[in-house]
Parts: sequence; C-alpha cells; structure tokens
Amino acid sequence: MNIIVLVKQVPDTTEIKIDKETNTLIRVGIPNIINPDDLAGVEEALKLKSLYGGTVTTITMGPLQAESMIRELYARGIDDAYLLSDKRFAGSDTWATSKILSTFIKTLEYDLIIAGYQAIDGDTAQVGPQIAEFLNIPQVTHLKQIKKIEGNQIFLDKAYEHETQTLSVELPLLVTTLKAMNTPRYMDAFHIWTAFDKEVKIIKFDDLDIDPRYIGLAGSPTRVKKTYTKQVVPKSPKEVLEPKDAAKKIFKLIYPYMEVKSQ
Amino acid sequence: MKNELLVKMVEEFALNVVKPRAREIDETESFPLDTVKEMAKYGLMGLPFSTEFNGVGADTKAYIDTIRIISKYCATTGTILSAHTSLCSHPINQYGTVPQKEKYLTKLNTGEYLGAFGLTEAGAGTDASRQQTKAVDCGDYYEITGSKIFITNAGYADVYIIFAMTNAELGLKGISAFIIEKDLKGFTIGPKEKKMGIRGSSTCELIFDKVQIPKTQLLGKVGEGFKIAMTTLDGGRIGIAAQAQGIAESAFEKAVSYVKTRTQFGKPIAAFQHTQFVIADLKTQIEAGRLLLYKAVEDKDNNLSYTESAAMAKLFCSRLAVEVADSAIQLMGGYGYIRDYEVERYLRDAKITEIYEGTSEVQRMVIAGKVLRS
Repeated sequence: MNIIVLVKQVPDTTEIKIDKETNTLIRVGIPNIINPDDLAGVEEALKLKSLYGGTVTTITMGPLQAESMIRELYARGIDDAYLLSDKRFAGSDTWATSKILSTFIKTLEYDLIIAGYQAIDGDTAQVGPQIAEFLNIPQVTHLKQIKKIEGNQIFLDKAYEHETQTLSVELPLLVTTLKAMNTPRYMDAFHIWTAFDKEVKIIKFDDLDIDPRYIGLAGSPTRVKKTYTKQVVPKSPKEVLEPKDAAKKIFKLIYPYMEVKSQ
Repeated sequence: MKNELLVKMVEEFALNVVKPRAREIDETESFPLDTVKEMAKYGLMGLPFSTEFNGVGADTKAYIDTIRIISKYCATTGTILSAHTSLCSHPINQYGTVPQKEKYLTKLNTGEYLGAFGLTEAGAGTDASRQQTKAVDCGDYYEITGSKIFITNAGYADVYIIFAMTNAELGLKGISAFIIEKDLKGFTIGPKEKKMGIRGSSTCELIFDKVQIPKTQLLGKVGEGFKIAMTTLDGGRIGIAAQAQGIAESAFEKAVSYVKTRTQFGKPIAAFQHTQFVIADLKTQIEAGRLLLYKAVEDKDNNLSYTESAAMAKLFCSRLAVEVADSAIQLMGGYGYIRDYEVERYLRDAKITEIYEGTSEVQRMVIAGKVLRS
C-alpha cells in the first residue's frame, strides 16, 4: 500500500489580520502551519500504513521554507517527502498547480492519493479533484471514513450534507479529507530525533517533463481582478436588551416566518 | 532543531494531555496512569537513552525541557517522569550489564515498565550510612530484609532500584544496589502517604521480608551502592531543578496575565508600581534559574562534572518555585488562594522540590564541599 499525501504549508489564519487600507492579508510575522485538512490526510495515511503496511510519501509544492513543515511530517512518522520548488512555479493557479503536481505524481508508484479537501488560505477545493482528472483515476471527495481495503478494492464512506454514501472503489484512487474526520497524532520523540537526518527531495522545473506554457502565472487561466472584504451594513437599529426580553423580541420577529408543521 | 521541535511537541502534548488532568488528580490524589501511557506512546519515557535499548537517543537538554514543560502544567506528572527516568533508567543505563539493560532498560524506555528508586529509610535520610535494610549473600542468591520509605512511583512501578547493606561494618562502602521486580515473594507496598503537594503521585513504604533475588540482580559491583546512589542523585537533581523551574514559570505566567486584567481604583493593577517591581524581580529571578538549570544541563551533555552545577540549580530553582508561587498568590489575592486558579497548588507542589532528592541543606553541603575541598 503506497500512499501519497498532498500537503501544503499555509499561514495560520487564526492569527491573520487584514490590512484595512489595502484589504489584503498581512502575512508578515504570521506563523506557518500544516494545512489542517491535509494533516487529517496524513493521519489517515499513517493509520492505513499501520493496518496494511506500505509507505507514506508526502508531496508539497511551495517555497523552500516549507522544509520546516516537512520535518514536522517526518516527526509524525512519514517515510518520504518531496518538495516541488522552483521560481518558475510561482504564481500558479489551481489548474497550473494541479498540472505540475500530477506531472510529478505520474513518475511515482502509488495505490492511494490523499489530498486535503481545501487549503485555509485559498479555500478553492480544486487541486485534489483536478489532479485526479489529470491522472485519469477515480476520486472521492469529502471522505468520512475508510472502512477497509481488500486487494484492489477500497471500501469507504463519503459524507454528503444529509447522508452518508458507502462506496467500493477500485485503486488507485484519490480521496479528499476534512479536518473533522480525525484527530492528528502528535509528533513523537523517536521520529523527532531522526527527522533531521532524513532527506527532503527537492524537485525543480528541470526535473519535470512539463510544457512551460502551462505553469506559473503565465500558464494560469485564472485572473484575480480584485480582492476585497465584504462590508457588513446593519439594516436595523441596534438594541441592547436583557436576555429574557431579547428572546421574546426575537420570537415576535421571526414568528411570522416560522413554518409550523402539524404531525 | 531537533530540540526545538521536541519542545513544540511537548508543549502541545502537555497542554492537551497533561494539563486537563492536573487539577483532578490533585483533588482526588489519583495516579495518572493514563497520562503515563500516553507519554510512553510518544517516546517521552526513554528520552536520554540509546536507541540500542529502545530509547530515543536524545540529549539531557531534551529530557530536561520535557520535565520543565510538563511540570508547568502538572508537577505530579513531572515527578513521575523524573523518578522513572533519572532514578531508575539512568542507573541501569550507567551501571547495568548488557543483559540487565536488555531485560529492563528496553522496557523502561518504551514505558512498558515504570521505574522507581529506594534509598531513604525511616532512620537513614541524608545520612545514608545508617541503612538498616540488609542483603545477605546466601550463595546463589541474596536475601533482602528491611524497609524503605517515601518511595515515589511505589505500587505502580514494575522495577525498583534498591540499596541495601551487604556489609554493615564497612559503612558507606558496605552498601550495594539491586534491581528488584514487583510481585516478588516477600515484597509488599505500604499504604499511600497523604501529602501536601504532588498529590497525584504515589509515595509509599516498601517492605522486604526475606525477599530472595538471584545474584544477577546486583547493579554495579558489591559495595558500589553509595557511589551509584550519589551519581544517580546528581542527575536527578537537574530533573528536580527543571520541575521547580517549570512551576515557577507557570506561576509567573498566571500572575502576569492576572495583573493585566484585574482592575482596582480604575486601572489594571499592573499599572501600579508595586506590581511592576514585583514582576520585574520575579522575572529576573526566573531568568537566573533558567541559566543555572541549563548550565547544569550543558555540563552533563558535554561530559563535564555536574555535581556542583546540578546542586546549585536545584538549590536555586526549588527556592525560586516556592517564592514565585507564593508571590503569584499574593498578587492574585483571594483568587490566588482558591483552588480554581491553580496557583495555590503550585505552592503546595513547589515545596517538595526543596526536600526530595537531597534537601536544600544537602545541596549546600555538596556545593560547599566542592568549593572548600578543591
């Protein structure tokens, strides 16, 4: 069972502030963390490894500073890590990013690819599904739980808003994981002590068989015209009431809109 | 790099696993066996020992950082880990034979076994030469009779390092060390002592009634027991200094956050110069403690003699813990005195650091001895 997990280093958005002048994120001095949905994927992969054996390899695209995150992944027990880092990759949108990542993944052997549902800095949820398309393999998003693997078949639950689908899919497969699906383990002292002896393999543009027209800012079909924060304008006057009176008032306001269903 | 990553991990672990149990185990005086199991799972029970015997292979700094951080959130848990590592695994690592290491250290390091250490007796505290516990050479085996008191981790430990007289006429040179397993015939554990602080930890009497142990259980050489005890305690003292430092840091952080939010006479009490001066003095003392603690760690990691630096670190940091906890309570007034705010526990927990593994008076004897004899 060879598992690939796609992991991104992101700014810790709980600590982020908005520059009120420019309406953009202030990234200076913000700590970087492992994208939470991806960390759930790493945990899932490590659990599968303990059950079925095999290896867990992480792939990251980003600046060289992402190495610190990869050391933390080694400290959690992954086997191998690649960092795709090149100035020519910079400015790639989700399509170009998926193109680069899938081009590299094609050179590896794998049974399962796990990607976080989305990254907390971009919130697009596009990279995982696009990679599955580029690789021409099946995909299951919103993974709830992997039940078992038998030979080439994986049995899993996929979460929908009001239902759960139990599916059986043939490997290789790409799944996307959500933060809520598990509690990631801590790093452990044994792996911490060897984390810096392991190799972080850097993959550059020249290592990939890829058309330069499809990567970077120039190769990205997405154009961001403007980023802005939605201004919230209160429509009704503010009132401060005692909780009891507030509850009564709210009830009066919403009562006309309530649908009372008789059994 | 490794050390920083370990600190990050232990911080997370202590905050999520150790801290939530701290108040309850103090109130109910219950041993946190679940926390011990979790520490084992993450490699914290075998930090400074070789990977050859299932250890992590980390340095003293990593171990001491761990004790300090865990003790910030729960001094009881710090005590358990420190007694296990410094007082049981360490002497086996340093004086044990390869078969002894394979049999015991490998399991102590993974946390399958919990360790303990028994030197103190009712009539032999600082004066270890007054040992009444005897180990009689019966040819194929030793027969141990006597008792030990105030033994940390007693009742929960699987392995005990025990000191007994093999030749009373030789005094200190007649003491030998033994590795003793629980469940041996004639070996019983007395009731749990009711303590002022570190109440979740287990402290009991060990009673040996003609306990027969094979000769392979001798640790080091015959008559080497006192030396083993003293060198073990040298290392143990760095652990206790770290525990004390952790308590002091934690009490200080609590006090600082309180004085910034507590308002009297229309302003936060941090705006009053008295508060500022107390905070400044405490911060300076805490920084001094940290430097002394990590000086001892550095000496040990660099294979220099650390008897004196460990004694100085323990002497200073243990007093520091008591004083900072006391000051924190004073700054927090009535809130500091009630249990919800935890600093009262810090003061109760801090006091033991001035007593166990050599009282502060013993540390002064050690330091003065080093200064005056050279």
